[in-house]
Amino acid sequence: MMAIGIEHYLTLSAILFTIGIFGIFLNRKNVIIILMSVELMLLSVNVNLVAFSHFLGDMVGQVFAMLVLTVAAAEAAIGLAILVVFFRTRGSIAVEDVNMMKG
Amino acid sequence: MIVETIAFYVFAAVAVLSALLVVGNRNPVYSVLFLILTFFNVAALFVLIGAEFLAMMLVVVYVGAVAVLFLFVVMMLDINFVELRQGFVRYLPVGAVVGVILAAELIFVMTGTGLGTAAPSAPTPAIDQVTNTEALGNIMYTQYFYLFQVAGLVLLVAMMGAIVLTHRERIGVRRQRIGDQVLRDRSSVELTKVKTGQGASGGVK
Repeated sequence: MMAIGIEHYLTLSAILFTIGIFGIFLNRKNVIIILMSVELMLLSVNVNLVAFSHFLGDMVGQVFAMLVLTVAAAEAAIGLAILVVFFRTRGSIAVEDVNMMKG
Repeated sequence: MIVETIAFYVFAAVAVLSALLVVGNRNPVYSVLFLILTFFNVAALFVLIGAEFLAMMLVVVYVGAVAVLFLFVVMMLDINFVELRQGFVRYLPVGAVVGVILAAELIFVMTGTGLGTAAPSAPTPAIDQVTNTEALGNIMYTQYFYLFQVAGLVLLVAMMGAIVLTHRERIGVRRQRIGDQVLRDRSSVELTKVKTGQGASGGVK
């Protein structure tokens, strides 16, 4: 069994990213699952940054991973708030109902 | 070494499996719970790779805040999720083809080239001298201080945006208006000195 190198982490991150895109394709009607898929993709970006940070011996990658974490949290909060407002006005969260600028 | 390898494969496998269950689950509540499981496993991988602080941040921020927010919204909205599942099987082949191609490309690119030889701009100090949290703080509060402040601003704007979006003025609710109370006309109030044993209306009738 070979030692764990950066390729293993990059492969894992690529798989997680692809699962996120796959989720958007699969659940293209349900906004909540789409938001979760975006979270998965941001998580895979974090895996990438931390892996490079470790294997290059550079702390900056972890600083950037933390900023990605911040933006992901902000995005989730705003996205879910928009979702709640949208559900209040339309009574649905299906993506094809999102066709009005003003409820 | 062997333990580390086994741990990586176990955590990575569970992370990938639970990520698949996030996108493929029938019930969104289970999706959120599998998302939490994914985050826990990736946090374990971060510990394995020496990024302890980020691992704890992942658990605190994602599991403690974001996942609970998702769970809250999923449970609050009264949605017919079966209706939203229509077309799932139809999109499956296209999504699978796109996903496999993309994953193959990404893995090919990422594993093929190998690491560059660029000198690190902020070298990781040895773990027996400085802990991970301290090393991160040493960089983030000095070299990347403005970035840190901008991150705080992003969170502030997100908080204000969420409040502004979801706040609504409820009509027909009685509430105390302190300004009106203070500004009340003095003539409608009569102050009287009440003698002991008598009432305000001048003794017991």
